[in-house]
Amino acid sequence: MSLWLGILLASAAVYSWKILGFMVPSSVLQHPTISRIANLLTVALLSALLGVQGLTGGGEIHFDARIPALGVAAILLYFRAPFVVMVAASALVAALLRLFFGG
Amino acid sequence: MAKQSSVTSISIGVGLATGLYGISFGALSVAAGLDIWQTQVLSLLMFSGGSQFAFVGVIAAAGGAGVGTAGVGAAIISAWLLGIRNGFYAVRLAPILNRVGLGKLVPAMLTIDESTAVSTSQAEHENQVRGFWLTGAAVFVFWNLMTLAGAILGDALGDPSKWGLDAAAAAAFLGLLWPRLKERQAVAVAAAALIIATAATPFLSAGVPVLLAGVAAVAVGLFNWFANKSENGTGANA
Repeated sequence: MSLWLGILLASAAVYSWKILGFMVPSSVLQHPTISRIANLLTVALLSALLGVQGLTGGGEIHFDARIPALGVAAILLYFRAPFVVMVAASALVAALLRLFFGG
Repeated sequence: MAKQSSVTSISIGVGLATGLYGISFGALSVAAGLDIWQTQVLSLLMFSGGSQFAFVGVIAAAGGAGVGTAGVGAAIISAWLLGIRNGFYAVRLAPILNRVGLGKLVPAMLTIDESTAVSTSQAEHENQVRGFWLTGAAVFVFWNLMTLAGAILGDALGDPSKWGLDAAAAAAFLGLLWPRLKERQAVAVAAAALIIATAATPFLSAGVPVLLAGVAAVAVGLFNWFANKSENGTGANA
């Protein structure tokens, strides 16, 4: 499947939730088990993506400058720094570490 | 009138702040191997930050521009599952906006974290409607403009890891996750998901470890494991 087709299908798939929410009776999605699963699913996917993006590379577990960069990101999040500042700071930390220490 | 203008300024402020992190999306998407057009179409059509970051994250892990069908499939499913919360926002917005038939199509497009948050935090109905439309429109415009700026910037930077863009992509997921870690159950699920997805990466094709972690979350939610005692009580009665 081409990347373009994937982009269009994924966009339609994401839109399907939005329009579904406007169509179905609210009682269906307000069931506590369903809303709990949806919340936890969101948490799990974001955390899994964090693990894959931060701790793996080339299909292997791989620790490098991303870890101290994430430490700085966590500190900035704790002090409620804006999202874009936190993301830019983590890039800067990783880039500087690689510049001075390689890898 | 005073309240109307305050809704307007909140909406534009939220639109600008959200738009700014569209820069990081644009740069990270290009670093993941998408071109500028593909990146822009994601912001125009998918228009949901978490799903967009997930899509390009899985594409990057699965080989970037040369990604195979399995990788694209995993990226689609990841983006789709992360979009589920928008369905719940739509349920809350439907009675506020009170649209019928085809009139639901455009508000559905603008149903995202920010437009829902601004709308539902207003006391008066008129401001709830106004907050939804203004925030949705402001985020849409700024998010797309800043995506383009970020994509052009990312394209000019070249080698993503030299500039720490791989760390920035991980930080973006941490930033999206952070406000959701208020309850013990969520923290437990986040820790388990991170370990499962990381540990499974050497053994499964790219994108699948993320979905595997999602399955674990569904099990925890279904049986309400790791819940606080008070939550357990309500769960049993419900």
